[in-house]
Amino acid sequence: MQKIEEMKIQSSADVVLVRQAVRQFAIEVGFGLVDQTKIVTAASELARNTLDYGGGGTVKLETLQEGGRRGLKLTFDDQGPGIPDVDMALKDGFTTGGGLGMGLGGAKRLANEFEIESVVGEGTRVIVVRWK
Amino acid sequence: MERIPILQMGEFLLVTIQVDMHDRLAMTLQDDLTNRISQTNANGVLIDISALEIVDSFIGRILGNIAKMSRVMDAETVVVGMQPAVAITLVELGLSLTGIRTALNVEKGMALLRATVGEPATEAIATEWDEEDDAED
Amino acid sequence: MDMTHSSKIPEILKIHEADLLSEWNQELIATNTRKGLIKEAELQEECREFLKLLRIAAQSGNLSNIQALEWREVREMLSSISRSRSQKGFTPTETATFIFSFKRPLFDRLRQQLHDSAELGEEVWQATDLLDRLGLLVIEAYQKSREEVILRQQEEMMELSTPVVKLWDGILALPIIGTLDSARTQVVMESLLQKIVETGSEVAIIDITGVPTVDTLTAQHLLKTVTAARLMGADCIISGIRPQIAQTIVYLGIDLTDVTTKATLADAFLMALKRRGTTIARK
Ligand SMILES: Nc1ncnc2c1ncn2[C@@H]1O[C@H](COP(=O)(O)OP(=O)(O)OP(=O)(O)O)[C@@H](O)[C@H]1O
Ligand SMILES: [Mg+2]
Repeated sequence: MQKIEEMKIQSSADVVLVRQAVRQFAIEVGFGLVDQTKIVTAASELARNTLDYGGGGTVKLETLQEGGRRGLKLTFDDQGPGIPDVDMALKDGFTTGGGLGMGLGGAKRLANEFEIESVVGEGTRVIVVRWK
Repeated sequence: MERIPILQMGEFLLVTIQVDMHDRLAMTLQDDLTNRISQTNANGVLIDISALEIVDSFIGRILGNIAKMSRVMDAETVVVGMQPAVAITLVELGLSLTGIRTALNVEKGMALLRATVGEPATEAIATEWDEEDDAED
Repeated sequence: MDMTHSSKIPEILKIHEADLLSEWNQELIATNTRKGLIKEAELQEECREFLKLLRIAAQSGNLSNIQALEWREVREMLSSISRSRSQKGFTPTETATFIFSFKRPLFDRLRQQLHDSAELGEEVWQATDLLDRLGLLVIEAYQKSREEVILRQQEEMMELSTPVVKLWDGILALPIIGTLDSARTQVVMESLLQKIVETGSEVAIIDITGVPTVDTLTAQHLLKTVTAARLMGADCIISGIRPQIAQTIVYLGIDLTDVTTKATLADAFLMALKRRGTTIARK
């Protein structure tokens, strides 16, 4: 059965709640420990970006069932400043906030599917999917 | 305010992280630890992360900061107990935490610290190994 | 769409549910060749539940697209029946009979209720079409659960085929024999890292003497394992790199400078012992 949940990301405590909810979803989809850890870590990176750069936003968690396989899809949304150069932001080491600049590129590596849409002045949407 | 406890064990400090830390809590830990190193003159810090279910770029950065800052204050940092799934994920994320020393558990981390800090305790390590070997044979 | 609208099947399912159930039950019990595998009460309960869900789904008027939302509960129930049948040892035919045996009671009922032969023909055709689709779904689900079993067994075999052995206190060895593809490397490496934690071993030797070639992905997995082990507080030594693999590694531009390599497992073992502070003397 498909499960959907939407959560707000307004504080660093919310980021923790997002991690916990993603873990719960991943267990329900039947992910092994390594896959769980990968998707939770990706979620942690993206939720933090939503909070720190996007000025807060939301995440939608969805379980997927397609043909025989099951997966987990996470959609992060914010109405923040947007990213002027997405390719640049995806490069390892690129940061405007004094981070390591590993979050976006790392989340992409940890997911099976990765999509990013960003409009300057309007906001950013990042979608990651991991299949079992 | 919520804080991660820091234990003193002889000349070393021991931190066991047992909660899913939010970012501010991790920052507080970084501050608290550097303060304690200077107050206590500790020459080694052990951070036990065996209960941590993930390490992301933020926690990775904090661990790196702690290692660098303590080195400046003449203390060595050893991160111990990282779980296999966490390590695999961290490598995939792209972090190899270069510059951070690691050990399998608190006991081995303690031995590593003693060996590095160069206390007479190195003898103790040798005996410990002998004991283990005896038990094995 | 018009045809489905006017179909009498939803109504018949609703009005005659109880009769259909008992007739279908008799049919199933008569054709049940595997009495030992499933209890009659359980079978009855499944029939009752299925008919209920079928009736609810049919009320939507959609009898042709069972992938639609209103058929979800029916689909899920059939999948779970197929799964449990395949685990119990039923053949695909026996499993699909659950659905196909419902044809006769339903057709009988249609014949009783409908007297216009054109209408009857149309309805029987619709009923056949629907039950065939549900039957195929059952077979697909059965097939899928068999595939899952095979996959799991393959994974278990992979783990068995590459045992992690303890050479000495604190020293593990993983002698890999055979082709290393990326899936196998992943399984093997995960079990190595797990063993490192369980045994508290600080050194792990990955011996690839028995590996004919590696591709880029596999070489990268090997490297990632070495890095992951380091993060956990253990060192890896890779031994037995054949000349061909050495060439591949250099050719692919994979950087092994941070990785300790040794020509043979024996050399690696000696090095590991030295790291553990143990020496071997010849007497
Ligand atoms: N939701 C967002 N809105 C606006 N800008 C963003 C958003 N997400 C990422 N960025 C931009 O992309 C850059 C790279 O992000 P990334 O997560 O890779 O690194 P970081 O957050 O700076 O550091 P790290 O995640 O390693 O701690 C950020 O510094 C920021 O400029
Ligand atoms: Mg980030």
